[in-house]
Amino acid sequence: MSARDLHGPGAPWGEREPGHRSNDAFSVIGRPLRKVDGLAKATGAALYADDLVLPGMLHAKTLRSPHAHARVLRVDASAALALRGVHAVITGADLPIKYGVIPWTPDENALAVDRVRFIGDPVAAVAAIDEDTANAALKLIRVEYEPLHAYMDPRESLVRTEPAIHPGKPGENGNISKHVRLDFGDVDAAAAAADLVLEGDYTFHGTTHAPIEPHCALASWSADGLLTLWSATQITHYVHRALARVLELDPARIRVVQPCLGGAFGGKSDPFSLEFCVAKLAQKTGRPVKMLWTREEVFYAHRGRHPMQLHYRTSASRDGRISGVDAKILIDGGSYSSFGLVTTYYAGQLLTGPYDFPSYRFDSTRVFTNKPPCGPKRGHGSVQPRFAFEVQLDEIAEQLALDPIEIRRRNFQGEQTRTVNGQRITSNGFLQCLELVERASGWKDRRGKLPFGRGLGVAGSMYISGTNYPVYPNDMPQAGVQLKVDRSGAITVFTGGNDIGQGSNSVVAYLVAEELGVPVEHVRVVAADTDLCPVDLGAYSSRVTFMVGNATIDACRKLRAQIVGALAEHWQCEAGRVRLIEGRAIDTGDPARSLPIAQAFHIAEARCDTLGSTGSYNTPKLGGDYRGGTIGASPAYSFTAHVVEVEVDVETGRLTVPHVWIAHDCGRALNPMLVAGQMEGSAYMGLAEALMEDHDVNRYGLHAGPSLLDYRMPTAVDMPELHALIVESLDPEGPYGAKEAGEGPLHPVLPALSNAIHDAVGVRLRHLPFTMPRVLRELRAAGIDRRARERAKPARLATPPHAARGGAR
Amino acid sequence: MLRMPQFSLERPRSLAQAIALLSEHGPAALPIAGGTDLVPNLKHELHSPSVLVALEHVPELHGVRVLADGALSIGAMTRLADLALHPEVVARAPALAQAASLVAGPQLRTMGTLGGNVLLDTRCQWINQSYFWRQALGFCLKKDGTVCHVVEGGKKCVAAASNDTAPALMTLGATLELEGPDGVREIALDEFWVADGINNKKLGQGELLVRIRVPQQRAGHRGAYGKLRERGSIDFPMLGVAVRVDIADERIRDADLCVVALAARPLRVKRVGETLAGKPAQGPELETAIEAVAELAHKQCHPLPNIPGDADWRKEMVPVYVRRTLLAALTGSGPVHHV
Ligand SMILES: Cc1cc2nc3c(=O)[nH]c(=O)nc-3n(C[C@H](O)[C@H](O)[C@H](O)COP(=O)(O)OP(=O)(O)OC[C@H]3O[C@@H](n4cnc5c(N)ncnc54)[C@H](O)[C@@H]3O)c2cc1C
Ligand code: SF4
Repeated sequence: MSARDLHGPGAPWGEREPGHRSNDAFSVIGRPLRKVDGLAKATGAALYADDLVLPGMLHAKTLRSPHAHARVLRVDASAALALRGVHAVITGADLPIKYGVIPWTPDENALAVDRVRFIGDPVAAVAAIDEDTANAALKLIRVEYEPLHAYMDPRESLVRTEPAIHPGKPGENGNISKHVRLDFGDVDAAAAAADLVLEGDYTFHGTTHAPIEPHCALASWSADGLLTLWSATQITHYVHRALARVLELDPARIRVVQPCLGGAFGGKSDPFSLEFCVAKLAQKTGRPVKMLWTREEVFYAHRGRHPMQLHYRTSASRDGRISGVDAKILIDGGSYSSFGLVTTYYAGQLLTGPYDFPSYRFDSTRVFTNKPPCGPKRGHGSVQPRFAFEVQLDEIAEQLALDPIEIRRRNFQGEQTRTVNGQRITSNGFLQCLELVERASGWKDRRGKLPFGRGLGVAGSMYISGTNYPVYPNDMPQAGVQLKVDRSGAITVFTGGNDIGQGSNSVVAYLVAEELGVPVEHVRVVAADTDLCPVDLGAYSSRVTFMVGNATIDACRKLRAQIVGALAEHWQCEAGRVRLIEGRAIDTGDPARSLPIAQAFHIAEARCDTLGSTGSYNTPKLGGDYRGGTIGASPAYSFTAHVVEVEVDVETGRLTVPHVWIAHDCGRALNPMLVAGQMEGSAYMGLAEALMEDHDVNRYGLHAGPSLLDYRMPTAVDMPELHALIVESLDPEGPYGAKEAGEGPLHPVLPALSNAIHDAVGVRLRHLPFTMPRVLRELRAAGIDRRARERAKPARLATPPHAARGGAR
Repeated sequence: MLRMPQFSLERPRSLAQAIALLSEHGPAALPIAGGTDLVPNLKHELHSPSVLVALEHVPELHGVRVLADGALSIGAMTRLADLALHPEVVARAPALAQAASLVAGPQLRTMGTLGGNVLLDTRCQWINQSYFWRQALGFCLKKDGTVCHVVEGGKKCVAAASNDTAPALMTLGATLELEGPDGVREIALDEFWVADGINNKKLGQGELLVRIRVPQQRAGHRGAYGKLRERGSIDFPMLGVAVRVDIADERIRDADLCVVALAARPLRVKRVGETLAGKPAQGPELETAIEAVAELAHKQCHPLPNIPGDADWRKEMVPVYVRRTLLAALTGSGPVHHV
């Protein structure tokens, strides 16, 4: 199905010509417009979950486990309940039903039922007249624990079965969360026949999202027994389902609303303990109940990037063509499943582009440990393998004396093709990405030629624009949109899409404005409210622009057909002549005939009926024909290439990154400013993970520093110049050709940094994070100290840095 | 957000009133200056005062003056942001201005004061945490517990003095003017410290730091501050190095070097003056002497795993930052900081 089939004839986008931007045909699309909620956020007028206050509202707090692994023997809340101002205390017994975002692995309880699995696991919740009373009550709850052996090392979880963190079926190791092994082609034969086989170990540490807004939820029951939950979530629909399940309620009695959200990055894409707790406490007390987590609690709730130990063996021919990739990955999942089933697949499934390799095997195992649970963080599951593979690819280039960009070009998979694991690739602008970063960074004149201590590195990647795998199997659309037309000329769009700061509400408004010819200011977006909006599955897997965007266009086309039909009758002309553009309806055959858009709506409403429409999007059938073959199958893939420049201080181990060039194929930039923002934000996040961030526990299993002081994220002064270079490959199925831009551009920055370090000092860093102590250790192990600069070969000093830099900025 | 504990707030308008209030309430009262150290510690339940005595409106604690003898008299309530830019401070005590300019981040320097910085509580990764966290740990010697997690079996808290301005003030020979219920006293900053992480200073009960006196430096005074931290802003020092060098006739006459963020008190590296005295202010002979000082500091400094940051690596950073900060002082190019 092509975009034309999907959207019908007369779609207002240009012909597909590589490198040619056809945005001139658009009024709204392609323009760097302000976000629809930009002013509200900048002025502080936007209402976040914690801004909501209801009459009689109580405040809730969570009691958490001080043990990494223990049986809960007894919880005595009588003293807490007796405290003046305390309205209710709930424990695991009040919410015994397990849940999990993936329906096959429900292993979480809102509050511990019989066992706690990490320091910070929720045990009880209190609702009281204010936060201080609730906190005081927590200190009065007596819990009896029987401590169990705690697992901190994932390698131990692989081999030791007792005690099991999640006791499984008899004969199964309850410490193994998921194992996937998939074989495509014959990697062993490829290795035997290869000119070069490179094998190595790589490490990716844990990192977390740290959105600026902590999780917060507010629940209220109406007099007639309807539950409303406002929650800082990126998956309204799944929270709706999970609430019904755990509270044993008819979902028709539940409404879930996502207020303005202060960032998520994957950290709000599970149903969370606080959502069930406030709902239950509100039910018990008959009053609205709010819970706002502290920053520390956000670190415990985590769901961040999985630490992975990765082993890669890559086979290649003398001319640099990859013939096989063989991966073995151990994934530290922390204490619960979360999205872990998907993570385990993604760790293998998403590596099969932008390069073509005829044989591939991956063997990934996710284990449980007694640490805060891991989950999806921007670039879910694929950032870690990408790091390992792109560093290994650089090593291959080095051994074969090939330019690192050249080896990536040689292995380019092409467009309109199929990957070794059966994924369909449509548009693919990876070569343009490579070309742009090569040119912008001055690569040809500078790589390998900068003075000792300075270097350039490259890496590439691909990512999904949503997947065709809804987390629960169903045949309904993945995204739905509804439009309502007002006689004033304003249009209201109802969408289940979750705007988490990425700008999806803005994108919806731009599309409606473009399609129906109304000014953006006349489009109101009502989003992520289960009572008002058609279902969208949520803001994850970079699916919203692609899927909600297509659903929006679908709804607009239907509405437009009605309006255009009515005007054609009115003007007695062919419908093809009528255009809705920039606030007017025009007869293109007789431009003198034109009407303000509101009048056009009046004519249509008089002739048709109350104006409105619905639209939806569902993925075509995609994916390989094997178990798990649909996981990672996306209607379109984005592609990215980065060049990172680094300066290495060989005395301290400090890495300074002056520049990152980010080229990203987003299909079409519906708003180039938002796309560039996503690209820069992604590069920031990836670089932060490489240089500083480290989400870990200490020797007692306690979080090593659950605060924004101890969990080091770069500040503005720590950041390089980020150069966003947008590539538009115009995907045949994306909305106006758009693909994702929010996650893909994160991937290459980490391996590109490692590759740049190699260019700078000749040392390969394979184990993240590249903190100063680690870098210095590795430099020393390679015999590099402050006298190395003097010893450096004069050839490396050939080009003066400033002369070479000029053209690059 | 972590909640602030309940307390009542007193806002005295004179030094006498402030001292009277502190005497009246005894240990149940604590003074608060900018609050940038105290407030996080209150939220972490490291103190539970019932009264806070705000020093903001005590006029005696404000103002930077140059005294008749050329000394600087700096009110304890001087904000770090103002201190860092004060022309007299920049001219007369460059190391102090530089250290103040690198404390925390811009917002915190706008609130935080020099007095609060001198009196900053010691820091440790096992103590600057929430009550829940410390309880899960089983607490430690410094507060609510009986063991130390830094030194196994240790009976003494070794939480790190982490105040950037302290070593700079020590190299400048600063003295503190204190006033309490028993009157006024003056104490050399060198004498003020105790090697005990639980309380590393000799501040009497109910006593206030009124002013800090930085004596007139010799002609040819050079100073610099070097700060090691991961980020270019916000973070406490992982190592702070302050340097004073006195130059006369192109030669070093005297020198001093103090470090912070290693142990419970700021430390002076010994024999720096002797090693550098008489050396030319530039050239190979100076370089050799600087190497010798770096070596001295390396031998004398023993970072502990008290604050975040690999302790072995922090030890390796001592000679690097000593060398860089000495050079910066000599060339007038401080502070030494990576951004
Ligand atoms: C995120 C963060 C980062 C920081 N980074 C740094 C850093 O890099 N370097 C650094 O040195 N500090 C740092 N700090 C600590 C703090 O901001 C500074 O040390 C600041 O100078 C403290 O001054 P204040 O006025 O806010 O002190 P307060 O918090 O008001 O007081 C500190 C202590 O001194 C006592 N006190 C204050 N004034 C007087 C007085 N006149 N007489 C008697 N007692 C008094 C108070 O009772 C309290 O015990 C940081 C703090 C935070 C929150
Ligand atoms: S050094 Fe740290 S762990 Fe040891 S007693 Fe002091 S604060 Fe506690």
